Amino acid sequence: MSYSARVSVMLKQGIADPQGQTIERALPALGYRGVKNVRVGKVIELELQAESPQEAQGLVSEMCERLLANPVIESFEVTIEGEQE
Amino acid sequence: MSAHVAIVVFPGSNCEQDCERALRDLGCTTERVWHAESSLPDSDIVVLPGGFAHGDYLRTGAIARFSPVMEAVTTHATSGGLVIGICNGFQILCEAGLLPGALRKNSGLKFICRWVDLRVENNSTAFTSRAEIGQVLRIPINHFEGNWYCNDTVLAEMKEKGQIALRYVDSPNGALDATAGIVNSAGNVFGLMPHPERATEELLGSEDGRVILGSMIDHVSRVPHAQVS
Repeated sequence: MSYSARVSVMLKQGIADPQGQTIERALPALGYRGVKNVRVGKVIELELQAESPQEAQGLVSEMCERLLANPVIESFEVTIEGEQE
Repeated sequence: MSAHVAIVVFPGSNCEQDCERALRDLGCTTERVWHAESSLPDSDIVVLPGGFAHGDYLRTGAIARFSPVMEAVTTHATSGGLVIGICNGFQILCEAGLLPGALRKNSGLKFICRWVDLRVENNSTAFTSRAEIGQVLRIPINHFEGNWYCNDTVLAEMKEKGQIALRYVDSPNGALDATAGIVNSAGNVFGLMPHPERATEELLGSEDGRVILGSMIDHVSRVPHAQVS
C-alpha cells in the first residue's frame, strides 16, 4: 500500500525561536492583538510503501529520528494521511 | 616529521583551498578527499572545511553526515586521530554525533561575516596548546547557523571537562555560554565556527589562526597518527 505522510518538525519547547519572535512582534502592527507563542517549524510531505498505517507511522518516525529532525533541538510529529492502491 | 592532512571536500565545500594553503604554509602536506570516497588516506589530521555541504538542505550538515567518507572520518576519530571541523565542518561533526550539541540559526537571524575576538578557555587541548589561557585570538566568522546549543546536563559535563575551549569575547550569534569552539570528551575532535585558516598572515588582518592550526601540528609531531608520513 502507498501512504502519504506529513511530518512537522518544530524547535523543542524552551529553545528560543527567533523567527517566531519576529513574527510575533510583527502581527500587532497589522492590528492583531493578543497573539502569543508564535513558533516556526517546517513541514515535510512524503509518500511511502508500507503494509499498514502503523508500519508507515513507524517507518516515518524512524526517518525523523535518523535524518528529518535533529533530536538535540527539534521535536517532530508524524501524521499518516491516507492510503492509495 | 611533517603532518599529513586529509581535507574532505563535499559538494558545496568552499574553504578547502584556504585550509590547504594555510596548512602547507605551516609545513604540512595535504591531500583533498572527495566525500564519496569510502576511505581516507593515511593521515595525522582530518579537516572538514567550511562551506555549504550538500547545499545545507534540511539542516546544516544533516545530509553531509551520511556522505560515504564520514564512516572513515568516524573511524579516524575513534582511533584517536585528530579531526577539526571549521564552520560548516563543525556543523557536520555535531550532526554526525562526533561533537555534542547542535548549531541553530544566529539569534539575530542574520548571516554574519566579520572579525571576532575569541578567548582561549582551555589550552590543554591538542588544538589550543600554543595559546595561553585567557589569550584573545582575532579570527573571522562567516556563518548563518553558529548559534551553538546543548542541554543543561551536557553543558555542565562539558564545562567540568574543559570542553568549551573557545568563547566569543562578545557573542555575535547567541551561542549558549558564548561558545565558539568545543572539543569532544576524548580531546581529539574539535569544532569551531571561526575560520582559523583565514587568519594566518598579517596581510589577511591577523595571524592568530596559526595558534589553532599550529597547536594541532605540534600535537601530531609528538603523537603521530599516520602509519607512514
